Amino acid sequence: MIRDLANPTRFMRLSGALLPWLAGLTALMIGAGLYMTWFTAPADYQQGETVRIMYLHVPTAWLSLFFYMIMASSALGTLVWRHPLADVSQKAAAPIGAAFTFICLVTGSLWGKPMWGTYWQWDARLTSMLVMLLIYLGIMALWRAIEEPTRAARAVSILTLVGAVNVPIVKFSVDWWNTLHQPASVFRLGGPTIHPSMLIPLLVMAVGFTLLGIALHLSGMRTEILRRRVRTLTILEAERLDAQAA
Amino acid sequence: MTSHAAFIASAYVITAVVVAGLIVRAVVDHRIQRRALAELEARGAGRRSRRG
Repeated sequence: MIRDLANPTRFMRLSGALLPWLAGLTALMIGAGLYMTWFTAPADYQQGETVRIMYLHVPTAWLSLFFYMIMASSALGTLVWRHPLADVSQKAAAPIGAAFTFICLVTGSLWGKPMWGTYWQWDARLTSMLVMLLIYLGIMALWRAIEEPTRAARAVSILTLVGAVNVPIVKFSVDWWNTLHQPASVFRLGGPTIHPSMLIPLLVMAVGFTLLGIALHLSGMRTEILRRRVRTLTILEAERLDAQAA
Repeated sequence: MTSHAAFIASAYVITAVVVAGLIVRAVVDHRIQRRALAELEARGAGRRSRRG
């Protein structure tokens, strides 16, 4: 399957057919998720209505890690298997992951002020998530700093794989250290600790945001393929004009 | 609504703005590249030069 998609022309054709369906499904899931979040999910007995921030915060936190894993596997695809679309995938994933990380940090902060009494605390989970955002921004800056795409891809791949050390730190920070941030309450041994009336809207929102992320990723990859064609044709045109002038 | 309404509303508004920004950026960037590619192809930029 992945090998079949190695051909950019085939990828453009398949992704072009898939994207409208993905966009429709995304709108449907996020619409349903927002309806459940606002009209069916109850207020929490301790957090009150503030619990509704969780329906944004938790899915974006998951997607922050998910997109980093996409980048890390694409980095391996670039360095080890030299898959022609791996660096395209890597480049397209970075701004999406950064945006989800930013939303996670901001919504967490807006939840923290009324619940903890502070917008920010230098605890292990919050700090490692901030480091994650800085790594995303560093990766995006490195893409811009090196003009030649193949060289840029190799440098970014190495940085991405080094930065992947932070992924388990984010995930297990609440278990390894004594943090203000609560431990995992959905993906944990023994099952979720959230009541289904809140868990189901949370999962619907998570699926909606995941579909949104995948649609944006595919769209970003398509644009990057076009950008590289534009670059190649611009170089060919310059060579042709040089040859004509000579 | 509760006394925390401003925090909840801010969270949803900021998320909506960031998500809308991602979508607009994706659409605009794609259109720019498609237009640039069409212009280059119209000028015959892909043709190799014939020397000698």
